[in-house]
Amino acid sequence: MVDTSLSKLTDADLLLLLTIRRLEEELLSLFSQGRLNGTTHTCLGQEYIPVALQHLMTADDFLFTAHRGHGHYVAQFGDVTGLLAEIMGREGGVCNGVGGSQHLYRDRRYLSTGIQGESLPVAAGVAHHFKRKNSTAIVVAVIGDGTWGEGAVYEALNMTAVWCLPLIVLVENNGISQTTPTRLQMAGDIKRRAAAFDIDYVVESSKDVNAIRARLAPHFEKTRECRTPLIVEIITDRLGPHSKGDDSRDPRELERIRAQDWYALYQQAYSDQCDRLNVEAKSRIAAALETVEAANPAIWGTA
Amino acid sequence: MPSQRVIENLNLGLHTLFERHETVSLLGEDVLDPYGGAFKASKGLSTKYPDRVISTPLSEGGFVGVAAGMALCGEKPIVEIMFGDFITLAFDQIVNFAAKSVSMYGTELSLNLVVRCPIGGNRSYGPTHSQSLQKHFLGVPNLDLFEISQFHDNAVVLEKLVGLGRPSILFEDKVLYTQRMYDVGIIDEIFGFEKCGDDNDFVRVFSRDFDKPHCLLITTGGLVPRCLSAMRELFVEHEIECEMMVPSRVYPLDLRSLEPAVAVMEHIFVVEEGTPGGSWGSEVSHNISRNFWDQLEHPITIIQARDSIIPSARHLEEKVLVQSGRIVNEIKSRVRHA
Repeated sequence: MVDTSLSKLTDADLLLLLTIRRLEEELLSLFSQGRLNGTTHTCLGQEYIPVALQHLMTADDFLFTAHRGHGHYVAQFGDVTGLLAEIMGREGGVCNGVGGSQHLYRDRRYLSTGIQGESLPVAAGVAHHFKRKNSTAIVVAVIGDGTWGEGAVYEALNMTAVWCLPLIVLVENNGISQTTPTRLQMAGDIKRRAAAFDIDYVVESSKDVNAIRARLAPHFEKTRECRTPLIVEIITDRLGPHSKGDDSRDPRELERIRAQDWYALYQQAYSDQCDRLNVEAKSRIAAALETVEAANPAIWGTA
Repeated sequence: MPSQRVIENLNLGLHTLFERHETVSLLGEDVLDPYGGAFKASKGLSTKYPDRVISTPLSEGGFVGVAAGMALCGEKPIVEIMFGDFITLAFDQIVNFAAKSVSMYGTELSLNLVVRCPIGGNRSYGPTHSQSLQKHFLGVPNLDLFEISQFHDNAVVLEKLVGLGRPSILFEDKVLYTQRMYDVGIIDEIFGFEKCGDDNDFVRVFSRDFDKPHCLLITTGGLVPRCLSAMRELFVEHEIECEMMVPSRVYPLDLRSLEPAVAVMEHIFVVEEGTPGGSWGSEVSHNISRNFWDQLEHPITIIQARDSIIPSARHLEEKVLVQSGRIVNEIKSRVRHA
């Protein structure tokens, strides 16, 4: 039985969680109103992972994410307006509207890209650079359970282990790869795959930001000090659709996921704090949206 | 003293780069001494610079990605693909990561990544160790393609490549490795050469004995020995006078540097070792036609490999790939029919 009790968060952590939740909801709403183009992948239900991770990293570390990365970007930089402008193709976007939802790069320490598994060898290269420079910086690469179907993952894990690189692969295992349940696409499990490469492994199934940080901190410390790789598997739930309206899961399964959503649980336990900060989160998103909608279309050098 | 062999020149070029730039490193399979790479291009490097030569597992996609990550941090990694055929395994990292990342994050991101890629047949290595796959990398934004030759000093070429700010592939026709560099403007009793074009990127091969050369061959480094042999035969036996242009950067091609030669020649031939269909030859031919249509007297002829895989047996391989005999015949028949 999964422990669903949540400890009380600081206002800052809760506000960040709620900001990501409201931003992702706003994006889906904008899509349904026809005010956004293209596609997007929200992290609804998984917001606590970026919030927990952010405290475990320093400004010298490098974070790689993929298609479901909005929460990580906001947790790292607090920059809702820049992300929204990027997704809406307006001036002030993080990447001038070129990258869009799933291709972000900032400050030589954050990169997301849209090809599954592609980031892991690149992350190993950055970790190699850090190791050679004798820096204490580490690299964290966030992937999903579905990413484990890609060969690039194993090539990268092999090199990371052979060369002993300070790389942490953080797996957001939400049990579903777009519409395919993990049991239909993964033989064995991640733990034994880590063992096969002789890479340290830790699994986390709590949704308590404080608890996750406390348990992961010594493992992150080990990677930082001993320059050894680590795989962190976080068992989580994808509350929303894969992208926009493409959720083909059984309603009973969705009911189960909703019942153990961190937001529902936290709201029950700490309703005053939650309601108070919800107001603030909503107004932050509203203000960002107002700024972005008033901005001109993004300008890019060659187009 | 005879001039350097091409593989020696390449090896020296790499040593020069390692000495000049601390951020240059080499990644690839079996690149450590005493082996020094399948074709010995990296010989001596790992002894002299043990921290900067990284012997990798058999993971082309993986180690090209690692190199891209190093490039992202400001390093200048050079990657060796053992046989160019294996570059398909790194296609995603080259096309979807390295080349794309230069511009897909909205501002220009400098990524100095060089992929060295031994290519080409005529060595009986068979269907998966003999191909010339350049065409699959044509037209990828932010990806420049270069090719070694007996004219272009590899220290100069590599110096340029590690400072491009974007990824590049250096194709190396394996048949050149044992050939000698041409270094003083003289090839033989008939032909000489001069550097020309922007950045001296092109080499023009010509003869001072010719009255009015009327055929222009445009080709890449690996075809030069076969083209030269054809040009000799065409002149000596058939009184057909040919010139040849050989670029170092094969894509994008600097068309302006070709214009003077294109303008005065009656027949133009593009010679390549790749297969027909969406090839370098058709790209060059299309661009010349589009830009210099008024100056062309005849349609451009592409001389290329047969639409076939490359067989192992020497006599079968010979028929598939471009040989000097075929170049002679193609040129003779075009000139006669004109």
